[in-house]
Amino acid sequence: MENVLLQVFNGLINGAFYALLSLGLAVIFGMLRVLNFMHGALYMLGAFGAYLLAAQLGVSFWWAMVIAPLAVATLGVLLERLFLRWLYELDPLYNLLLTFGLTLAIQDAMRLRFGMQGVPYSAPPQLQGAVVVGTMFFPIYRLFVLAFAIIICLTTWWLIERTRAGMVIRASTEKPMLTRALGIDVDRWIPPVFAFGVGLAGLAGVLAAPMRNVSPVMGADLIITTFAIVVIGGMGSILGSVVTGFIVGVIAALGAVYYPPIANTLVFILMALVLLFRPAGLFGSAEAG
Amino acid sequence: MIARRIGWVALLAAGLVLPRVIYPVLALDILVWGLFATAFDILLGYTGLLSFGHAAFFGTGAYAAALVVVRLGLSFPLNVVCGALAAGLLAVPLMYLGIRRTGIAFAMITLAFAQMVFYVVNEWRSMTGGENGVSGVSRGYLLGWNLQPAAAYYYAAFPLIVLGLLLCWRILRSPFGRVLLAIRENEVRTQSLGYAVNRYKLMATVFSCAVSGLAGGVWAINHGFVALEAVHWTTSGTVIVMVLLGGMATRLGPLVGAALVLLLRDFLSTWTDAWGVVTGVIFIAVILVFRHGIAGSLERLLTPRPEPAGAPAAPAEKIASTLQ
Repeated sequence: MENVLLQVFNGLINGAFYALLSLGLAVIFGMLRVLNFMHGALYMLGAFGAYLLAAQLGVSFWWAMVIAPLAVATLGVLLERLFLRWLYELDPLYNLLLTFGLTLAIQDAMRLRFGMQGVPYSAPPQLQGAVVVGTMFFPIYRLFVLAFAIIICLTTWWLIERTRAGMVIRASTEKPMLTRALGIDVDRWIPPVFAFGVGLAGLAGVLAAPMRNVSPVMGADLIITTFAIVVIGGMGSILGSVVTGFIVGVIAALGAVYYPPIANTLVFILMALVLLFRPAGLFGSAEAG
Repeated sequence: MIARRIGWVALLAAGLVLPRVIYPVLALDILVWGLFATAFDILLGYTGLLSFGHAAFFGTGAYAAALVVVRLGLSFPLNVVCGALAAGLLAVPLMYLGIRRTGIAFAMITLAFAQMVFYVVNEWRSMTGGENGVSGVSRGYLLGWNLQPAAAYYYAAFPLIVLGLLLCWRILRSPFGRVLLAIRENEVRTQSLGYAVNRYKLMATVFSCAVSGLAGGVWAINHGFVALEAVHWTTSGTVIVMVLLGGMATRLGPLVGAALVLLLRDFLSTWTDAWGVVTGVIFIAVILVFRHGIAGSLERLLTPRPEPAGAPAAPAEKIASTLQ
């Protein structure tokens, strides 16, 4: 029983990362119709950003949580302005392929610079230690990650559902032509939305740095699993992507209790089941493709 | 017509002298990846389906062919046929699920399934050797002919590759291939004309995957070794860049792309290992400024306007009009 509870906790932590990444993917996809393959690479850059800030400049984790996501967002917008924007008129597959190419280049460049081994990064002193409940052991840092991710997801939901900027984003997601006709410059909103989405990836990377191996390939496997989660949740809804992220994290962790080798594959089996019984995804609408 | 015949004879002759020009293992790799890319282009160029997971089928073919050699002692070409069968069998359930979605979602689903295959191959150590892979795969004998020398194996595999290419090209020119083009151009209209679109898509994907498995099998025996790299997502990326660079929906584009990418990799490997950076840059350059690829651009230069009706002139701007 306690083992199961611990696994649920670990599943929620994994789910928090899935949720942060698929949230960013969903915001970008909604506005730009771009499936951003770079998302995993930018998550990795966020983690390396935290590492470099600490190792080169002695910047603390807390400042890294501000600086690294901003740096990643800046880089993201730079790449968007340089490359992605030329392809919005074409089939969205071209931007998927373009961001895939960018991922290969970024990841390999980081491998050449830092090697495959990974670099060390430790949690801030305020968050070290653990909460012990009975025989269960909850690291404080992980509790913090979980709480922080939930706050970020709720804030994003609030921004999109309750503010004027969110209203514009929702409108241009659903009916870009009509939104333009109402006098709103949709294109002007593309860079900030893209920056926000990839900034979330950078933030997830900083959060991952103290608890996962910081290596050039840390984002690649994660982004593919996140794609499966987006398929499970459906590409239409932002809330759906977050909820699905947490649910899938927990199910995968529970599956691993009963049959450990299945830990990595369970997500994909879930995806197959969803495709069989509800092809548009749990929260999806058929029009999103 | 005569010029065309001369062209094909020249191509065949080039294929036959290739292992005298470059070393035979690389020569056969070019043919193998050319066949793999051609099979992949049946989906991308002609049906409008971007599979981001073809490594799963290439790799399954490679592992199956290597394993039947190591475990059962099957010799060429039976081992390679087993590779094609294994890949085709795997494709039936995965693609049955995959084609329930189109466009971006199909790409994501195939990528995810390929990742699943990667994890399974990695975990199933007793069968696949996990991170160590399958080694000691002998090229063996064919009817008493020793295939151990790389050149001998090249000439043994050559007819099989040519057969695979001819089969792909023939199918694309058949009524079946015409329906695939119709699906690419307008899926809804094709369906309303009475074609069972999903059945055509399933047949096309399974065929493409089986031929990819065949290529994987020949490749595994060529190297005498299969590792996890064969089922890794970077392998799916490599075949995509080959087709894009060569020109999608052209007959020779995939072969040209495969040859260029492999020769470039071979050339660069002597002074840098930044292959991922190079591939990424080729990807970006081709997507941004060279979407018709080499063969596609040549075709456009050489074809007098207006373009002949019905010719599969690479409409690179719309991989699948069904997406929008």
